[in-house]
Amino acid sequence: MSVLLEIQDLQKSFGGVKATKHVSLDVLEGEVHAIIGPNGAGKTTLISQLCGEQMPDAGLIRFAGKTITRAPFPARARLGMARSFQITSVFQDMTLLENVALSVQAHDGHSFRFWKRADSETALNEKAMTFLTEVGLADKAHVLSREVSHGEHRQLEIAMALATEPKMLLLDEPMAGMGSEESARMVDILKKFKGEKTMLLVEHDMDAVFALADRISVLVYGEVIATDKPEAIRDNEAVKRAYLGEEAD
Amino acid sequence: MNLSALITPKNLVTAAVLIVLGLMPVLTTVFDQPFYLDIATRIVILAVAAASLNLILGFGGMISFGHAAFVGIGAYAVGIPIYYEYYSGFLHFPLAIAVSALFALVTGAISLRTKGVHFIMITMAFSQMIFFLFLSLEEYGGDDGLLIWSDSELFDGLALDDPSTFYYVCFVSLVGVLLLLHRIVNSRFGRVIRGAKSNEKRMSALGYPTYRYRLVAYVISGALCGYAGALMGNFTNFISPDMMGWGRSGELIFMVVLGGSGSIIGPVYGVLSFLLLEEFIPDVMDLFADGAGVYWHLPFGIILLLVVLFVRGGISGFLNRLTKR
Repeated sequence: MSVLLEIQDLQKSFGGVKATKHVSLDVLEGEVHAIIGPNGAGKTTLISQLCGEQMPDAGLIRFAGKTITRAPFPARARLGMARSFQITSVFQDMTLLENVALSVQAHDGHSFRFWKRADSETALNEKAMTFLTEVGLADKAHVLSREVSHGEHRQLEIAMALATEPKMLLLDEPMAGMGSEESARMVDILKKFKGEKTMLLVEHDMDAVFALADRISVLVYGEVIATDKPEAIRDNEAVKRAYLGEEAD
Repeated sequence: MNLSALITPKNLVTAAVLIVLGLMPVLTTVFDQPFYLDIATRIVILAVAAASLNLILGFGGMISFGHAAFVGIGAYAVGIPIYYEYYSGFLHFPLAIAVSALFALVTGAISLRTKGVHFIMITMAFSQMIFFLFLSLEEYGGDDGLLIWSDSELFDGLALDDPSTFYYVCFVSLVGVLLLLHRIVNSRFGRVIRGAKSNEKRMSALGYPTYRYRLVAYVISGALCGYAGALMGNFTNFISPDMMGWGRSGELIFMVVLGGSGSIIGPVYGVLSFLLLEEFIPDVMDLFADGAGVYWHLPFGIILLLVVLFVRGGISGFLNRLTKR
């Protein structure tokens, strides 16, 4: 498998705090790569550098063969990096269908089209509908997004990310704030795309991580202390000490 | 579509407003009140300006505090050529639109780098620059203003100096602009600017270069407002930098918010009620105490404040809620 995302020696400090210390990481094409780590390990900082919200102090990020270390946010999206947000980030005043249609539209040429009604474009709507169906929201297509539940918002986020037909999904805590039932549903949804879509998953929910990940990287105090298969991570002494042990206490 | 679903308070009011506006020249002739045609003309022209401001304010979330500058530019695009004895409307109107669009492009390109209060301040600053520029242009009257002794000449048989004819030109313009805005807001482009208002971060994550879309919306809005200005230049025989001061920009914002910024037709309600209140509050006050009408600004301000504070979505929002009940 070829490397889709390559992170080399990434560094980022805030004042005296080194949030990212010499992080190097590869995400292979087609794999689900999870990043776990205790609170304050620098997961959010890392992901915001990957999607261009924050610029690293040093290091290199390559995605799909292009160096994107300092590329702006939208440019990375156009290269095929789609992200879901830790805190729900959708268009509250639009219906679920419109939310996804707007995402489809993002990768369907430019949007300097002023005359034709967007909500009656069948091609756009049908495509959006398939993504809604995949995440199990087809029956709520015409409900305003502010009127659906938290769990459904998270599912919508996934549909919107998928709708841009990305090379990689950057999932920032997709299970955040979910009950166990909702989490299980989300795992099922993501499982459908396993092997098909490359995913970088940052998640606290260990059940979800071990159910989905092909490989796991463990981030502690801004450093990657291990990258390996789930079983190996489970048995890794350093990881147990730094992370899993802590949680078991 | 079910016909009875179309009969809602909002649609009835909209239809009534448009019909009454459409019949204004007839009504004022029948009742022999030519003065009211004057008010109606002003309402219709300002409605074009307010509706175009609403494209960026209501749908794009860009609060421009400098839109009166476009009205002024449009008016001077009529006044200055006439000063040099170029009377053709085929010069005036395209010139008004082009110069406004250019001004919007340049100022928008800079202003749209900022957000929130900064955007409000910088658009206001640009409009004040234009205000002071025209104030200092002695050739065109400076702060004394410029007399427009003729109207734009269009076709034979379409004489803009006839009040009724001119009114109809304005009215048709308003309807045309409203239809145009309706199409724009519901198009792919419109969806993008609404999305950028609602959640800019998400738009970026989806790959939209929102700045470009905002800028184009700003230019469209400025150009349409400039067109309203050209109508205004034909309406009044006298223009001055006063019409592009920041107070005027503020009034435009007020009209939009009063009428309901989330709706295409809202600004029309806004302008209508703003100008009617302005016109009739002094008269009503004089009924209570002779001479009290001079202080009409006080109740006017209070009414506007109450509407903004307590009627969410302005007049249009109020009518929508009547429908849902």
